[in-house]
Parts: sequence; structure tokens; C-alpha cells
Amino acid sequence: MSALVEVPLYELAHARSGDKGNRLNIAVVCRESAFYPALSATLTAERLAGIFASRRPSRVVRYELPKLYAFNFVLDDVLEGGVNASLGLDGHGKSLSFLLLAAFVSVPAALLEPSRLRSAAE
Amino acid sequence: MTVFIGAGAGFAGDRTDAAGPVAGALAKRDGPRFLMFETLAERTLALAQVERRRDPSRGYNPSLEAFVGPVLKTCLENQIRIVGNFGAANPRGAAECIVAMARKAGFPAIRVGVVEGDDVTNVLSSEQFAARETAGALLADAPPIVAANVYLGAAPIARALDERADVVVTGRVADPSLALGPLIHAFGWRLEDWDRLAAGTLVGHLLECGAQVTGGYFADPGVKDVPGMDAIGYPIAEVEQDGSFVITKPEGTGGLVDRRTVTEQVLYEIHDPAAYLTPDVVLDLTAVELAELGRDRVRLTGARGKPAPETLKATVCFDGGLLGEAEISYGGPNAAARARLAIRTVKARMARRAPELQVRADAIGLVSILGDSAGSELASSWHDATDVRVRFAAQGHEAGEIDLLMGEVEALYCAGPAGGAGVRRRITPRLASASCLIERKLVAPAVYFVGGNA
Repeated sequence: MSALVEVPLYELAHARSGDKGNRLNIAVVCRESAFYPALSATLTAERLAGIFASRRPSRVVRYELPKLYAFNFVLDDVLEGGVNASLGLDGHGKSLSFLLLAAFVSVPAALLEPSRLRSAAE
Repeated sequence: MTVFIGAGAGFAGDRTDAAGPVAGALAKRDGPRFLMFETLAERTLALAQVERRRDPSRGYNPSLEAFVGPVLKTCLENQIRIVGNFGAANPRGAAECIVAMARKAGFPAIRVGVVEGDDVTNVLSSEQFAARETAGALLADAPPIVAANVYLGAAPIARALDERADVVVTGRVADPSLALGPLIHAFGWRLEDWDRLAAGTLVGHLLECGAQVTGGYFADPGVKDVPGMDAIGYPIAEVEQDGSFVITKPEGTGGLVDRRTVTEQVLYEIHDPAAYLTPDVVLDLTAVELAELGRDRVRLTGARGKPAPETLKATVCFDGGLLGEAEISYGGPNAAARARLAIRTVKARMARRAPELQVRADAIGLVSILGDSAGSELASSWHDATDVRVRFAAQGHEAGEIDLLMGEVEALYCAGPAGGAGVRRRITPRLASASCLIERKLVAPAVYFVGGNA
């Protein structure tokens, strides 16, 4: 059992937001397939609800897509009414994928070593 | 037989020179070829309805000529058939515009198919729409409806192509149907062949946002690098009879197609990946697999379908009042504190003058897109910024109240903190929208033709 380290999700995954009305979805795609099990364990719907707590989601659902090494998160009522009603500049929530990627997640240290070594060698 | 579908645009504000290289690449291929344009956002259509009421000759996409003009000759010469929802609130007007463009370019026989029937504004009353609202109760107070349009499916597009249309113009259709219609026509897929319809819907889903699958909306320098963002190639799908397909892009263009760009777009605006609802089919993405075949070529298999929903989705737009936005900047030493003082000052005065009006403040560069309207992030995340632009926003139905806020921000020039600069103010009319589910029997898609010997 390898020790856990805290890293920004950004180092393990990329993401894209989409909107429909007041509902936001964020697709999180593992940079490497090997990251999927660790993110599956730590990046739960409850965790997402915590990260977006200030937006008071009424419901958060995680859908798993193991064949795509991806997760789809759906957050209800987090866009202040959506693009036609929000007073904010980003009524679509397009920038919120990067807010999620900035969150820290705990993953086994061993998981990161190959990719760290590779980026160091480049 | 392989069927080729290219994307010429992914939204109303898209690049108008993107379709050229796609049409050029399609012209070199053999087999049925189509060029689709998706140019109709939710709000765009309601604005077009307003436009048409003001002038019955208008109400179609104002950029129609800019989108279609550069590729019309190439398409007509090479039997590349164009399918687009640029008809907006006036598909007939768009079709007549295309016929006129073609005649001018030396193609007097052009035949344009028109798909109508999406406009259900007068089919139901406000109360009847309210009874069919899917989530929330935005229509409960029966606001005056500006426009209501139902999402039509692929069948009428396929029918127009079956009846020899060179170009098909629609109003509101489900975006993926713009690709599925040509595939039903070309392969003769049955309308109950759910797995094929699902595969064709996935093709359309990946094409409908244009460059979003070929490296657009993806680049993150040093992490996800994309070559040639200034001349990004829009996507082409190469579809087989069994529904498997390859996403690629024209030779010599910028952008890239790989597992990552495609995966991001597979899940774009998806909720339950096992049940993506369109008028044509319920698409299940959970068994979809990707394979990188080579440079800028990704193959997709495994889309599965379930029977189409019994109801159709409609977007109902109503008056959303006015959005007022005003900005002012502070720079140099102690700029952040002066910006905060400006916010406190304006909020205090507005609380006295229009106590019902919610006023939002952002500090652009510090907290502007990730914050909420209550301002909790804004209160906690100030830094020693030396260049802060404060943005105020409010929305309401009383023009006078919005004007008060605009005036208060401008008055900061002389009565606010030191060094306030660069005030800009803008008031925009807003359309709000709600979603309803409409019985199919209330909707009657129609296909007719203009130009040629129609």
C-alpha cells in the first residue's frame, strides 16, 4: 500500500463543462487510464458537492465511464438560473471545469511516479 | 459504402471561413457527402422570432450568406449536399436567399428543401405550456410568451434529401439530427433501427459543435497543446453502414483529433450517459469505445439505442427583463481597497434607492467568473491587486431601477474613491427560457421545396 499524496486534480485529468438551463455537467477525463481507479475512489459525488458548496447544488450525480477513463458529473441548480438569468459573467458555467481541476485529491504516490519521470525527462 | 459528413459551423457566432477547407476535402472524396451547419442556439431562435415579427422578410440567420456563400459553388459542383438550421424563425426566407445566391453563381436549378413545423408558439396557451414544464415553475405566472419551438428530428431532413434537395434548411431541430437525417437518407436506415439511429446521433453530437472535437475549446498550453489554433480544421465524419465511424479533419489545417479531444466532446452537455434523449432515439454512450487509428483519426464504435421518447422537447422563451452592467477601474497603490470602497458605496446607495433590486459586484481579475452573486468569494479573496476592474450587474423589469444603478456607477467618477477610471455601461434586453415536453400529436413537421422545378 503506497502512501497517499495530495495533488491538484489538474495533474491527473482534464475536463470540459456544459450547461442546460440551470444544470451543469463536467466531464472529467483521466490523463492516463491508470488514474481511473484512484479517481474513482476519491472523486465522489459527495466530494464534488463539497467543492461546489458555495453554489448550493440541489443534487450531484456521478456517472462512470470506464471505457473512456472518464466521469460525468451533473450538478443541479448551480448556475444562478443559467445563461439567460444569471447576473454573473459566466452564466454557462464554462469556467467551472477549471475550478474543479484546481481542487486537491488524495491518490497513491506510486501512481504519479511514471508520469512525473516522463515529464522530467522531456 | 462510406458516407462523409463535414461540419461547417458549430454555433451562430462561429468562424465563417471554416467551411471552406471542409468542403474542399469533401470534394475530393467519393460517395454521399454532406456539409452541416449548426447555427441556432436556444436564445438565437427567440431573437429571430422577434426580428421576423418586426420584418417578415427577416428572422433567418443574419450570417447565412457569410456561412454558405464561400462554399455554395464547391458544394453544388461536387454534389455535396448542405443541411443547416440557419432557417431559424424563417426557413422559407433562408431558402429563398440561398436560391438567389445560387442563381447569381450560375446554378439556376438549385432545389432547396424546407423543414417547418417546429414553431408551436400558437399551438398551446401560456397555461398549457406551464402544465408541460419539465423542471421548475418559470411559466407558472404565465408570462407573455415570445416564442416556443419544438425540437424536430431527423425524419423530415431525410425526406427532403430523398426528394432530391441540394440544400435542406430547417428551423429548430435537435442538433444531432442534422447529421442523422443525411445518414438515414444515404443508408436507408429504418426509423426503428435504434442502434443505427444512436450511432448517427453520436456522429451528429460530435459534429454539432464544430471545432470542439478537433482541438477547439481544448488547448491548454504546455498540457494540452493544439497546433494551428488560428486555422483550426473543422471535423469530418466517415460513417459506415453499421454505424461505426471515424472523426478526422481536412489535410493541412490546424487543430488535432485524438482520444482526448473526442472524449471531451462525447460527454459535452450530456447528463445521464446511458440516456441522451433526442426526438429520434435514446442514445446510450456507456459502451462507446475509441481507437486512435493514426494522426487525426479516431474511430468510434459501440453506440447503443433505445426507442425514441414519446414526447418532444420545446424551448419556450419569454421576456426576461433588462440586464444592466456597468464597470469602473482602479489602479496603482491601494487599488483593491479603493475598488472595495466603490462596491460598498454603490451597494449602500442602491439599498436606499431601489431596495428590491439585487446588485452583483465582481472584481475582474480577482473574482469575476468563479464567484457567486451573493459575493461570498468576493468578500474573502482580495489581494494586493494594482489593476482592478469592478463590474456591477442587476436585472429587472423596471427600466428606471436599472438606470439608477448605471447612474450610480458613473457617479463614482466624481463622488467615489480616488482614481476611478474607464466607466462603461450597457443595458441589454433579456429573454428567459423554460423547457416543456409536448405530445407528438400536437406537432406536424412539414417538408416543401423552393427553387428548381419545385
